[in-house]
Amino acid sequence: MPNEDPWSALRLATRARIGLGRAGDAMKIADVLDFQFAHAKARDAVHTKLNVAALQTALPGAIHVHSEVEGRDMYLRRPDLGRRLHPDCLPQLPPGDYDAVFIISDGLSATAIMQNAVPMVEAILARLPGFKIAPIIIATQARVALGDDIGEALGARLCAVLIGERPGLTVSDSLGIYLTYNPKRGTRDSARNCISNIHAHGGLSYNAAADMLAWLMREALRRQLTGVNLKEASGLLAPAEAQPAALA
Amino acid sequence: MGNFAHSFRGETYRFADLKAVLACASARRSGDELAGLAAESDAQRVAARAVLADLPLKIFLEETLIPYESDEITRLIIDTHDAIAFKPISHLTVGALRDWLLSYEADSAALARLAPGLTPEMAAAVSKLMRNQDLIAVARKCVVVKKFRNTIGLPGRLSSRLQPNHPTDDLRGIAASTLDGLLYGTGDAVIGINPATDNVQNCISLLDMLDSLRQRYDIPTQTCVLTHVTNAIEVMNAGGAMDLVFQSIAGSEAANEGFGINLNILREAQEAALSLKRGTLGNDVMYFETGQGAALSAGAHFGIDQQTIETRAYAVARAFSPLLVNTVVGFIGPEYLYDGKQIIRAGLEDHFCAKLLGVPMGCDVCYTNHAEADQDDMDTLMTLLTAAGVSFVIAVPGADDVMLNYQSLAYHDILYLRSAFGARPAPEFETWLEKMDMYDHAGRMRLPGGNPVLKRLIAEHRDAA
Repeated sequence: MPNEDPWSALRLATRARIGLGRAGDAMKIADVLDFQFAHAKARDAVHTKLNVAALQTALPGAIHVHSEVEGRDMYLRRPDLGRRLHPDCLPQLPPGDYDAVFIISDGLSATAIMQNAVPMVEAILARLPGFKIAPIIIATQARVALGDDIGEALGARLCAVLIGERPGLTVSDSLGIYLTYNPKRGTRDSARNCISNIHAHGGLSYNAAADMLAWLMREALRRQLTGVNLKEASGLLAPAEAQPAALA
Repeated sequence: MGNFAHSFRGETYRFADLKAVLACASARRSGDELAGLAAESDAQRVAARAVLADLPLKIFLEETLIPYESDEITRLIIDTHDAIAFKPISHLTVGALRDWLLSYEADSAALARLAPGLTPEMAAAVSKLMRNQDLIAVARKCVVVKKFRNTIGLPGRLSSRLQPNHPTDDLRGIAASTLDGLLYGTGDAVIGINPATDNVQNCISLLDMLDSLRQRYDIPTQTCVLTHVTNAIEVMNAGGAMDLVFQSIAGSEAANEGFGINLNILREAQEAALSLKRGTLGNDVMYFETGQGAALSAGAHFGIDQQTIETRAYAVARAFSPLLVNTVVGFIGPEYLYDGKQIIRAGLEDHFCAKLLGVPMGCDVCYTNHAEADQDDMDTLMTLLTAAGVSFVIAVPGADDVMLNYQSLAYHDILYLRSAFGARPAPEFETWLEKMDMYDHAGRMRLPGGNPVLKRLIAEHRDAA
């Protein structure tokens, strides 16, 4: 087997960039460019604007709100402002008797939202007959905790924030969902449940994520809590915590 | 206490207190702006440096930034301060210390004698008056040597941590990334895994795999799974193959509480690791990570700028004679270090301050995808740090960590740094590379393709996988 690549079998065990060649000490040009392309896709995911009009076409009646952040530069520098609803948006959120509100948030990857949010919302809504669901909210320049202000304004018992996760080189369009019972400004991150890594490149499928989320939502309403205690009861969600807490 | 003010061309700049002087004197960074502590203008920043330059070093012994009564890190700093070592510079101002550090008189021996006489706040203060070249020039004179199964930190040497992470801790995947790294001659600082699942049983399995690999090839290095220190104690009680105890640390008692640790827990873990007697050359059994922004993100920074409170973590490290410490400089995010310029400056500051205090500092030269940074910035930082004599850097396959989703250095980069600086791995590890016929006659790593020994290693791994 003179020409067999000895790494091919090992590559089945990891998607790490193993067995690259060398140009002297350096990487070969094909590997350099592959890396640069992956990094560029990740950066584009961070800096692309959410296409709100397209989302509103796909989800008629969806309401667009935004945080106190102006522009991506401020979003990246001031996570505190990305957690606060802009006061001008409050009149768009009249309170009602809602079991849950779904908030589609750009987070760190608008690409993830454009790829995954609509089918994800459809999959979860199909599993929640009898739930009183608030109008879908589209939130821009949003961090996870922006959902607390929105949920509090609407008076929703649960808020589920669908948010673009920090892009990696392998996957730049991964969606995460953070569920919070009784959302209020100042809620601790330990009081949320997270389902992460939802994407079409070997990640969690919409149906699997929707099954987990529907279970969590019913249990959260029954037990009147989300967070660590609910996670332990589910036994489902251990991998979700492996993500760095970059969104919070 | 004193009047913190400076006049320049008829304009007077005043600062409320010592913390404000330190914060405003720091090079611009997003974390201090987020905390509302940064200088409001470039002129105010330079004025703060002028005030700082004239402050006596003794002020840092008299005015604690976090009260002695309420913070065990402050108590550690004050109680372990070596007044005799401090005496030769006790009359100096911060500015005069900067000039002295750069003088020919301040050679490696003099700096080593001085280290226990310096507090973290003194190191942070003087670093704020130093340009990048000053940080490099002084750090390269500071020699901090540590030992476990090999010797880290000798002049002219550059060690590396081989980081074979895997998103599901798959043992074959980790073994494949480890083999890949060994073929570049990396891993003399440690072969260290960040586990995806942080529990005791998983940690024992990973340690067992790494230990078998190390013994099978008789590699003179140490292995580590970077689990929480409380897990590490349980792993050791269960007989796990633990060489080094790892923990993330920060510069205030409250920030360390956020990590779920205190000095007593660290002492307990260190004693347990020492009792295992796994080191062959030395007993430096601890491995710490630090990074600017950790205290602020825990809401435990006490109005102190992020670089100053970062240096207080080095007092924690110093108390445990660690084998390895590294700043995770670009990992914590753009809200603390916004771009390549800020990451590079912070990396040089962290390395300088730690080395000045006698701490064996390495660096995870890295960035996340939401920072304004790229591989060119990493090339700059790793080159500068190697010039500064950094103890070790971290490397992963192709610079892409597929578990933590960020970019560190590539195994290739270690070859570049060795070539560019004539830097060599730890001596025991270098001897092993020679014995394994992995070095060619010019002292370069052989390409795996043309070498029968390396071909055999790859084939063995392939069969095992």
